[in-house]
Amino acid sequence: MEKVFTRPNSLKDIPMHYCPGCTHGIIHRLVAEAIDELDVVDRAIGVAPVGCSVFTYQYFDFDMYQGSHGRAPAVATGIKRVVPDGVVFTYQGDGDLAAIGTAEIVHAAARGEKITVIFVNNAIYAMTGGQMAPTTLMGQKTTTTPFGREANSNGFPIRMSEMLSTLDGASYVSRVSVHDPKNINKAKKSIKKAFEMQIAGAGFTMVEVLSSCPTNWGMSPKEAVKWVESDMIPYYPLGEFKVPSEV
Amino acid sequence: MAKILMKGNEAIGEGAVRAGCRYFFGYPITPQSELPHYLAKRLPEADGVYLQSESETSAINMVYGAAGAGARVMTSSSGPGISLMQEGISYIAGAELPCVIVNMMRGGPGLGNIAPAQSDYLQAVKGGGHGDYRVICFAPASVQEIIDFMKDAFELADKYFNPVMLLADGILGQMMEPVELGEEETVQIPDRAWAANGMRGREKKNIINSLYIVPEDMEVHNHKLTKKYAEITENEQRWEEYRVEDAEMVLVAFGTSARIAKAVVDRARDEGLRVGLIRPILVWPFPVKAFEKVIPHAEQFLTVEMNMGQMVEDVRLAVAGRRPVHFTGRPGGMLPVASDVFQEVKKLMSGGAK
Repeated sequence: MEKVFTRPNSLKDIPMHYCPGCTHGIIHRLVAEAIDELDVVDRAIGVAPVGCSVFTYQYFDFDMYQGSHGRAPAVATGIKRVVPDGVVFTYQGDGDLAAIGTAEIVHAAARGEKITVIFVNNAIYAMTGGQMAPTTLMGQKTTTTPFGREANSNGFPIRMSEMLSTLDGASYVSRVSVHDPKNINKAKKSIKKAFEMQIAGAGFTMVEVLSSCPTNWGMSPKEAVKWVESDMIPYYPLGEFKVPSEV
Repeated sequence: MAKILMKGNEAIGEGAVRAGCRYFFGYPITPQSELPHYLAKRLPEADGVYLQSESETSAINMVYGAAGAGARVMTSSSGPGISLMQEGISYIAGAELPCVIVNMMRGGPGLGNIAPAQSDYLQAVKGGGHGDYRVICFAPASVQEIIDFMKDAFELADKYFNPVMLLADGILGQMMEPVELGEEETVQIPDRAWAANGMRGREKKNIINSLYIVPEDMEVHNHKLTKKYAEITENEQRWEEYRVEDAEMVLVAFGTSARIAKAVVDRARDEGLRVGLIRPILVWPFPVKAFEKVIPHAEQFLTVEMNMGQMVEDVRLAVAGRRPVHFTGRPGGMLPVASDVFQEVKKLMSGGAK
């Protein structure tokens, strides 16, 4: 019988530490599939963040770094400048990228640093216990916004993809979601495209992936993916925000 | 070869390039500006990369990335910027990566000022950031030493897989002195089989990491680091002795203040006083061995610093209560004056403080 689906080679066959219903595992797989299909495992170099995906460096089966909180784009910059033919990417959550690491992500994009950023947005600090993130939606209850996020004291969620797409150094910026199979396929295409562009020598590329966190959202996995569709996508619309004209 | 005039900051740049360093990441700050200015021109000539980062925090993390990828890499800053780098230096120490960090010290705390000082001694030699680690730390006292030590700094970083700091001040950075550059040597950089720069046929992946989530593993790693620091302490103590053979009073000073202290020694000797100087060339590891040699005849010690008394703590640890250890110094970007230090020496030697 023909085998139609298998674990990508560049994803290790070891237990992941993610909670049930978390979509980090799917996003890991999509990145690994893209690396495999582009046949670049030998020059792929990833940077893990601080947050839920801190152990990413164990899961991918190619050279990896663990970087300090928010600084993955700076670490990736150092790597890429030394290894120009490397396929260098960061894997970052929303607290890492959109709060503590805003300077690093903005300037990596502004420099047109030839790296790819996989930005996983689940609207919450999950590893530390469900605190408000820079991407937490208005009204969303977290452990530090127990009555729901409100503008007066908490301000507003940041749309990073829209913001970064205004920078000349950004070559490709898109937002995708992994809440259903159709969108998972679209996400895969976008991630692969970002890597293809890096390999072709384009500047900064980023794919923001909307991700669910049943544990810290206080929902079942099924409710959580529904919430991505009903609540997250209206605020964080999907699509390509920056596409170079020649691609 | 003829001598040429060079500023200390430029000498760091030239010394680094000659030591095989091809990558510099840094953020502007006074009083080290001539170094990035120099390297912004010099590194591209040498097929290297000069990159101005968005902050010192980013600069040190770029160093982490570049060092992990196997490069000879450095950064440079001064007081406040070095404070911002401490998290990254801690990661580099934890991940055991080689790199060189320059601190052209200025007056502090806070924004302080941009005048020369030795205000960051304790930060430099006691780790500096979070966690249990040490940074090898050179304290040059002349522009020639800066040139010579850059090579040693990169070699020690490689030998011990450890960050190395060059600790100097605004005077050394901006003063011009004649230096002998010598012939440019071919640099042998040790094999980088551990570098995470793409597997390229390697069987196992390489990981650059300082996370040890299991306490038992973290403990093992801490013991490994401690063993390395003990080795460095045993093998790498470096100091200069100046007229200490029969000295009853031994001055202790590093960098710019050691030059002032040397003038004090000469004047005291002219007046028949038995005074000498121990000048730590590396301030970590601290040259405790130098003190064992002079203890039999030294009656007392006087530490001279451009701060309110930081290295004096290490001198007291080395002397271990066997002799009195005094301190004189000036903070805030002001310099100790040789005649004042000499008066202090005379006062102490005439029984002023026994």
